[in-house]
Formats: sequence, structure tokens, C-alpha cells
Amino acid sequence: MIYIKLTSEILNVQSCIDRVMSPESGGIDVFIGTVRSATKGKKVVQLEFEAYEPMALKEINKIAEEVLNKWPVHKMLIYHRTGILQIGEIPVIIAVSAAHRDAAFDACRYAIDTLKQTVPIWKKEVFEDGAVWVAAHP
Amino acid sequence: MIIDILAFGIAKEIFGGSSITIELSGSSIGYLKEMLEDKYPRLKQLASYMIAVNNEYANNDQEIKQGDEIAVIPPVSGG
Repeated sequence: MIYIKLTSEILNVQSCIDRVMSPESGGIDVFIGTVRSATKGKKVVQLEFEAYEPMALKEINKIAEEVLNKWPVHKMLIYHRTGILQIGEIPVIIAVSAAHRDAAFDACRYAIDTLKQTVPIWKKEVFEDGAVWVAAHP
Repeated sequence: MIIDILAFGIAKEIFGGSSITIELSGSSIGYLKEMLEDKYPRLKQLASYMIAVNNEYANNDQEIKQGDEIAVIPPVSGG
């Protein structure tokens, strides 16, 4: 079972866990991304996330399907925020349930690592003296 | 062929808007990239960028057809 979402609304960790919970699962692995207050010593004011929504959903779905093919996991959830986020807010939640922990850990790690490489979502870091699109320049 | 190109992230700033319309004389992705880089040299300063056709990443030798949804995808940074 796959649950994916792009939303401008606040992500709720508990409801994501509830979604992937299943009686046959022995564990749930959850990755929660949070907005940190500084990058390379520079104070971050807020982050702005922009998505190419139809393509981002397609790429997120590909990741979830790949995970289900590669590991014996039961349910896979990938939720991502768009819009303006403040320090400490949650831009991304990945949750995976499986019978055994190895599959859940591996699948969760794979999902967040691949999301960062393939999904067309962009993050702008806003500092006190300007803003930068993350990873845009070498 | 006249096509619209969607832009996201820093590409939006380089183009000065969320889409541009250009007249294309060739039809491959590689040719489109050359045209865009001539017109918007700042694209060459990016770490990398991709073109998506109909919501899928495209190779340089892929052909563009009238009506395709074309987008410039600068380096992604979600998560």
C-alpha cells in the first residue's frame, strides 16, 4: 500500500504513523525532515519549497513502487510540504512498515536519499541578507 | 515549432517568469538546451539541469513534439 502527498498544510507525524501501521508489521521506520536554523554558520530565517507538482507526484510514486518491489515492506508513506516553512517545521515525512526492521530501515533510507536526487522539488533558503536556491550552483 | 517551457526554482529567476515561449527550429532536447543556453547564458552556471517532457526526464536525443509539456528542471533540493 502506497500513500503519497504534496501539501501546503502542516504534516502530522502521528497520523502518518497511524497510516502505515498494520497488524502484520513488526515495526515502523520513520524519517522526519526538519527545517534547521543555520546553514554553514549562517542564520536561516525560513525555507520556501516549490514543486513541479504533477511530475513530483509521479517521481515520488516511482520511489514508493520501487521500494515495494525491492523490500518486503507492508506500507509506504511519503509526504512532502510546499510553501513557506519556519525553523523546526517538517518538510518531509517518510514512514515504512515491515515485518522486520532491516527492511524498514533500508527502505526508509533509500526513499529519502532517492527523493533528494530525483523529485522535482526546490528549496530556497532565506537568510537575513538574501536568499539562495539550494544546490543550484556548483 | 512554437513551444512553451515551464520553469521552476532558479530557472524561474533566470527566465524572469514561470514560463517562456520560444520558436524552435530543431526538435531534439539537445538542440533546445543549446538554444536556451544561448538566450539565457546563466543556465550554464548551474551545477546541472535537466529537461522534462510530459513529466519525465528526457535525454538529449529525445525529440519534442507539438503539444508536449516541456519543463526546465534545475538541480533538485527537496527533503
